[in-house]
Amino acid sequence: MDTSSNSVGAVQPQRVRFDTPLTLAGGGVLPAFELVYETYGELNAARSNAVLVCHALSGNHHVAGHYAGEPKNLGWWDNLVGPGKPLDTRKFFVVGVNNLGGCYGSTGPVTVNPASGRPWGADFPVVVVEDWVAAQARLADRLGIDAWAAVIGGSLGGMQAMQWALEYPERIRHALVIASAPKLTAQNIAFNEVARQAILSDPDFHGGHYYEHGVVPARGLRLARMIGHITYLSDDQMAEKFGRRLRQGDLKFSYDVDFEIESYLRYQGDKFAGYFDANTYLITTKALDYFDPARDYGGNLAAALARARADFLVVSFSTDWRFAPERSREIVYGLVHNGLGVSYAEIECSAGHDSFLLDDPHYHAVMRAYFEGIRL
Amino acid sequence: MTNVLGRFDFDAIAKWIRPGEKVLDLGCGDGSLLRYLRDEKGVLGYGVDNDPDNILACIRNGVNVVQIDLEAGLSGFEDGFFDHVVMSLSLQTVRHTERLLAEMLRVGREAVVSFPNFGQRSHREAIAEGRMPVSKTLPYQWYNSPNVRFFTMADFETLCAERGIVLRERLGFDGEAAVTEDLNLNASIAVYRLGKAG
Repeated sequence: MDTSSNSVGAVQPQRVRFDTPLTLAGGGVLPAFELVYETYGELNAARSNAVLVCHALSGNHHVAGHYAGEPKNLGWWDNLVGPGKPLDTRKFFVVGVNNLGGCYGSTGPVTVNPASGRPWGADFPVVVVEDWVAAQARLADRLGIDAWAAVIGGSLGGMQAMQWALEYPERIRHALVIASAPKLTAQNIAFNEVARQAILSDPDFHGGHYYEHGVVPARGLRLARMIGHITYLSDDQMAEKFGRRLRQGDLKFSYDVDFEIESYLRYQGDKFAGYFDANTYLITTKALDYFDPARDYGGNLAAALARARADFLVVSFSTDWRFAPERSREIVYGLVHNGLGVSYAEIECSAGHDSFLLDDPHYHAVMRAYFEGIRL
Repeated sequence: MTNVLGRFDFDAIAKWIRPGEKVLDLGCGDGSLLRYLRDEKGVLGYGVDNDPDNILACIRNGVNVVQIDLEAGLSGFEDGFFDHVVMSLSLQTVRHTERLLAEMLRVGREAVVSFPNFGQRSHREAIAEGRMPVSKTLPYQWYNSPNVRFFTMADFETLCAERGIVLRERLGFDGEAAVTEDLNLNASIAVYRLGKAG
């Protein structure tokens, strides 16, 4: 199908303000906050067709369509969401939201702290998955959505879908947990820590208050993104995409770019450092590290999942070593233990963790079939 | 008995499953047995398969399905969680037969297995004529068969006896007709209900 013909088309972000204080998992309180979000499709009369799409580390509320006059500024999951696409906006009312602490307009380190009149910077509290979901629940209230037909997310977004099922079991009928994990492994936290150290040790970081100095810790953010990218791709795919190909004809015997992979990582790092906020990156990696619903249950995931009532679709990708299939299976077995509805697909795909953003035909067929089976 | 499921061994299997049971279906295909058990008996069912097309078919059928490789065992499932663990016409496609039978009876109170009986008369005749059997129940040529274990009802029963697996009930079919005499000679499909000793 031609993707241009089944786009949600030109979309506009919206903004909503909440003046009731939000108590955070870390103990702090946000006296008020704003969320930026987008919606696609129409909420039906029964308000039973709403689907929340949760973003991962670097995503945002712009899930599908494009902005007026910016045809190339496509939503990050545009291949999944739209009329006739697996998450069909003719059937569903789809909501994308930028999480608290984000850098795309929702209240976060780059927005102004009303108490000081200056950007929050490092003073913005460390918000975690529980806080995001609590804020998303406020948005659902405001939109008149008692229960989501589904909450879906990949990676860190999948953790939010899981958290919804645990925190608001009566408000979510289906949870789609894609390329995710019930908690990070030591190796996974280690990658995040290297990324954080890259940012924290950048002389332009200024303890997180770099906005006031008119600089950004671009070198740190760039390194953080480079290491992230390595872990999102598979060894096979990197070999296939770049191999040992040289950027220019011959070795340079210098520290300039020799190999294509170096050029790719530098390009991705520079691009990211140009638009993403370092404080948001720090917060978001902490949210990843802290997520562990089994922690309050002595590490027993099945016990943690006992509260859930939703039907689950869990999907992993064969070459994803950052959020490996084994981790998805832990979720599946925990759900089976509780007699919950769950289907689990392990997609053969060479693209590593990033596979969840691609439109592999079998992957999308599975997603389509699952969404088609959701009764409104 | 009418063949409501399009697979006559399903009818026999369904008879042994009581309403509301927890059932694990290994090699569940498109999930039609589980769908039937859910709709007719309110069974809480989970399918296991490793074929992407079958996973998709199960999701389309609205039944729970978990994509795992049966050869890797059932280690994720808890002891005694299921009332019945079903394996319909798939046991012969698994290399680790012994381990899987033990696993089925670890996670389930009873196991129900069906398999093509290599001991059936026409199969014996083919061998006697010097050829590997090809029949309705063994439709493959030797070079493209998904089957990796070739055994008769008598072989299977010997293994069960040696491993302390109790034969609670057994049925034989030739085509869709039930066989009553000399099952190992006359049945092309065998269906067993198995339990643990003691």
